[in-house]
Amino acid sequence: MAVCIAVIAKENYPLYIRSVPTQGELKFHYTVHTSLDVVEEKISGVGKALADQRELYLGLLYPTEDYKVYGYVTNSKVKFVIVVDSSNTSLRDNEIRSMFRKLHNSFTDVMCNPFYNPGDPIQSKGHQTAQTHLPGNF
Amino acid sequence: MDQGSAAGTGGTLISLSDSEQRCYSGLYALCQPDSSGKLAAGKVAELFRASQLPAETLHQVTEVCGAKRLGYFGCGQFYGALKLMAAAQAGLPVRLESIAGELPLPVFVGITNELEMRYPNQPLTNESQSHILGSVTGSAPRPPADRPVLRHPDTSMDKQEVWSPPQSPGISPPRSPSAYRSYPYGAQRNGTDTLLVYEAKVPGLPSVPQENSSPSHYSLRLQPEQPVITRVASVERLVERVEVDYSDDPWRITEEQREYYTIQFRSLQPDLSALIMGTVAKNFFTKSKLPILELSHIWELSDVDKDGALTFPEFCTAFHLIVARKNGYPLPETLPATLRPGFVEAAVVTAPPSEKIGSVDLQMTSRQGVTTKQEARDESRKPAEFSPKRIPEPHEKPTQHVSTLKPDSPQELDANMKSRTRPRSYSSTSIDDAMKKVEEPPTPPPRPQKTHSRASSLDLNKLFQQSGQGSRRSQHSLSAKSGWLPPPPALPPRPPATQIFSFIPGSEKSSQKVVQQPNFADFSKFREEQETSVRGGLSTEDLTPPKLDSTVVHQGHAPQKPVRRKIHPESQSATPPSATPYSAATLTKSTQRPPPKQKREIQMAIRKNRETNAVLTRLNSELQQQLKVVHRERVTLESQLELLRPVAST
Repeated sequence: MAVCIAVIAKENYPLYIRSVPTQGELKFHYTVHTSLDVVEEKISGVGKALADQRELYLGLLYPTEDYKVYGYVTNSKVKFVIVVDSSNTSLRDNEIRSMFRKLHNSFTDVMCNPFYNPGDPIQSKGHQTAQTHLPGNF
Repeated sequence: MDQGSAAGTGGTLISLSDSEQRCYSGLYALCQPDSSGKLAAGKVAELFRASQLPAETLHQVTEVCGAKRLGYFGCGQFYGALKLMAAAQAGLPVRLESIAGELPLPVFVGITNELEMRYPNQPLTNESQSHILGSVTGSAPRPPADRPVLRHPDTSMDKQEVWSPPQSPGISPPRSPSAYRSYPYGAQRNGTDTLLVYEAKVPGLPSVPQENSSPSHYSLRLQPEQPVITRVASVERLVERVEVDYSDDPWRITEEQREYYTIQFRSLQPDLSALIMGTVAKNFFTKSKLPILELSHIWELSDVDKDGALTFPEFCTAFHLIVARKNGYPLPETLPATLRPGFVEAAVVTAPPSEKIGSVDLQMTSRQGVTTKQEARDESRKPAEFSPKRIPEPHEKPTQHVSTLKPDSPQELDANMKSRTRPRSYSSTSIDDAMKKVEEPPTPPPRPQKTHSRASSLDLNKLFQQSGQGSRRSQHSLSAKSGWLPPPPALPPRPPATQIFSFIPGSEKSSQKVVQQPNFADFSKFREEQETSVRGGLSTEDLTPPKLDSTVVHQGHAPQKPVRRKIHPESQSATPPSATPYSAATLTKSTQRPPPKQKREIQMAIRKNRETNAVLTRLNSELQQQLKVVHRERVTLESQLELLRPVAST
């Protein structure tokens, strides 16, 4: 279902990006990169509102003919991006939300690890395992 | 298995003698070559480590023999490497030229038994190995004769080599305690940088962590390696412990190991039921010199409740994994059943006798090659830790540290907190910070003699009082935490160490404080002697209480580690002169509490209550946050339900 999952750091470089290898990974990298613009737009759009009021889940960022891109931002401006195959129409919004929640949880687990320096690429095996267990993932 | 007599190394052919051939082929087989002739990297690494050559030498060997270039050890590279190691052990530089000639066979500590099993007739096994076989139980006399011949006295390996034969007991499956007792030095598998670093830093110390079992299925003699560290006495001490040997499962923690872990845990956190913060644990485990990635993986495996801190079982697990990793065991992907905290819980050890702590602590620090800084930290931490019972969750509120509660009460809180989902907000970041915070709020937990000045609803207080009163009566030390002294009968509550430290700097300033100083000096003496009577001296000074109060407040923020250390000698020097009058004056556990004391108690109580209020507020806010999260989830679920409902109704 989800063909690509990416965790982007606050400074907009990827901490973790993983995609279904069948299709060109580079394409997904591009897609995620361009989706960052949309994310920025959405989070800056709130303006002066407090972070609490801003919804973490950003929803559909933009659709293309092949797939849809969903975004999620944490309070520390770490962004999660999920690219989903468009042909998969049964994927509901709440499922995406739950995917993001799990992603967020596993990311928090990585953060909790004192040996992890925030800003390093995520190399945790546990994190990778969690990704594979996302609903219908990989 | 290629039995070729020539090993091609970087294009040059090297001839092997018969004995070498046999030995090398044995070793080659030992290293589990796969179908293409490549050797298992792990086995090769173990073998290299067993050669007891310094890491740089091993790297050179790898380079010269061509394995580095190729990226793996093929037969040729392996044989070349073995030859080079033999050369290195004989003292020759690691070069191709040096292996052209006839060399003695390389010596591998701990691997030889395997060879024995495969090639019983190998000449290499020579005298030493036959001795090894003969002395499976590790009898004392080891034939060092051949070893020194074979071994090149490396600077840091000197002492080990003399005793290298003792490696054999490590080899034998029955890791009999006598094996360890019989020799103070152990040949150690320390090919890795990590342990080498330890060695290098303690060159003068004779005994070396003992040899660990060779690859496969020997159960992990981990604790010999770590800790025993470098004192003969400690080795023997550890040896004398009962050895529970379940099986050859390397993932099972033996009793000795557990005791050692307990000691280590205490050095970081005196309360066995409390948590070690992530950063504290990080600093500690980083000393093991494992790569960060592996440490990170180990952490993930061992921190099962994912709270960013380690409980005692988690700590044991993590430590065990680290030791296993250093011994060459690959890290598992998931936690082995025997290491799960549930399993470990059952075997939590009560504190080992405290006298071990001192020596082992020192050993630990020396083993770790930590500089005096660590030792100083330990020492300074220890006195300070005795009384300020570290609250299990310092993240709750720094001020809570001060209320040096008995372990019981914090445990209750701790249990509650832990059962919740993932408390992640650990604000304190290090032992230092924690210790500072301990000293900040100077208010000592009230230990009223007769008056229960607090009608607080918290169990903490009650327990505290009970414990305070109870311990006042009895002088027994509560295992290692005995630093928690029975409260002074006369003067209210002072967490012994912190207050001492906080007072003493101030006490220098005025004559009055000079008066106080001896009290605290007495107190430190008390700590050593475990007398409660000393405190009584304070009661005689009526003017002290109010003054002390202010000094307490004043000095609250002063104490730092260096200050503490300074204070020690001061207090101790002040002890002798003034000890006698005070102790003579008030040997009675003074039940006489003059009224001003009561007032003071009340003040203490007020402060205490404020602190607990703060704690509770903090707790409250955290719970509120959790409530919010749960709310959100609930909303999500409800919306999902609604989405489903129309479907169901149709």
